[in-house]
Amino acid sequence: MAQILGGVLTSHVPAIGGAIARGLQQDPYWRPFFDGFAPVHRWLNSQKPDVAVVFYNDHGLNFFLDQMPTFAVGAAADYRNDDEGWGLPVMKDMPGAQTLAWHIIEHLVAEEFDITMCQDMLIDHAVTVPFQLAWPGVEQWPVKLVPIAINTVQHPLPSPKRCLALGRAVAKAISSWESDETVMIMGTGGLSHQLDGERAGFLNPDYDRFCLDQIGPNPDALTGHSAVDIIELAGSQGIEILNWIAARGAMGATVHEVSRNYHIPISNTAAATMLLETDAAICVAEAA
Amino acid sequence: MNATAVAMRTGSTKTRAKRRIDGTSLFDGDAASKGYALNAMCFSFNDAANRAAFVADEDAYCAHFGLSPLQRAAVADRNVLAMIEAGGNIYYLAKLAGIFGLSVQDVGAQQTGMGVAAFKQMLLDQAEG
Repeated sequence: MAQILGGVLTSHVPAIGGAIARGLQQDPYWRPFFDGFAPVHRWLNSQKPDVAVVFYNDHGLNFFLDQMPTFAVGAAADYRNDDEGWGLPVMKDMPGAQTLAWHIIEHLVAEEFDITMCQDMLIDHAVTVPFQLAWPGVEQWPVKLVPIAINTVQHPLPSPKRCLALGRAVAKAISSWESDETVMIMGTGGLSHQLDGERAGFLNPDYDRFCLDQIGPNPDALTGHSAVDIIELAGSQGIEILNWIAARGAMGATVHEVSRNYHIPISNTAAATMLLETDAAICVAEAA
Repeated sequence: MNATAVAMRTGSTKTRAKRRIDGTSLFDGDAASKGYALNAMCFSFNDAANRAAFVADEDAYCAHFGLSPLQRAAVADRNVLAMIEAGGNIYYLAKLAGIFGLSVQDVGAQQTGMGVAAFKQMLLDQAEG
């Protein structure tokens, strides 16, 4: 059966992509954020996952308000990035893990998650920025992708509890996939930030710390708040923590924290990166 | 009308009191309905040719998408709070802001009534110790 190695939770601020395009990783403004990826690079280099299942939110590249799925699972052979309108370079295509994607879809619907299935799906900076951070400068992405988009735009939003349950169902699906491949999970976005309204610029380090402390050992603690509670606590776009919550569920019951980084501000955001691994990852490392 | 009918009518038509968060609008069904034309126009700006068409003839482009008078005025004034009031969602409005070369700090400064330098400092000041 396929093994879940753990994964990476990280902010996906578009300006990070801009900084990469301009080579500013060592610039004093950017360095405190980029330095948080050194342990991620070491871990990926030793674990070499075959597939990344990525929980993210689309920002109006693929999905518009005409048709807005709560949960959308990609099952494409490959994924294109495209112009988002404000100047980020378009990234190269990503190969899809199509067999696993259909397996996850079958399992989720059997578990009564009424998801949307997508065979043609543009992926935006919420996938490409974390990939660039994880594998800087690569010619070809070294993993195949299963993208899972969560609606964080159009209310009513899914509850944190439902997002965690979705993630846990994805973990069961991966664990029942008859394959020798190894799988990492990514959850992107956050932490606290708000772009719109008179409260623009709002950050909440106390709530962010709560999330960082609890998401590994006790992810259910994050489901004590409703989605709207989280908007009050973390800002309108701080609700992207839903992607982290689902991703944490998809890592399985027990994870160990390998590294974390938290830095204010990156653009308008409290930026964070956390690397979690499962016991399967430790076994791979010891066998290597 | 008897009491039962009133109660049923109340139960079927009264919406729950909306949650209020200071300085924050929740993009609910009412906002999404009201803002559809404006957000649809902004969504079109993923395409460079559409951005160029907007710049070439802003009036015609806005008319093509059927913006309401309030939406058209908010766009003409480059007033982000007014766009949100007219149903705009920031993920889509960001694409319009991009045409004007505005960063999210510029947009934040405008909405909070701060200068851009003061807005950036406010972000920095929220860093822990």
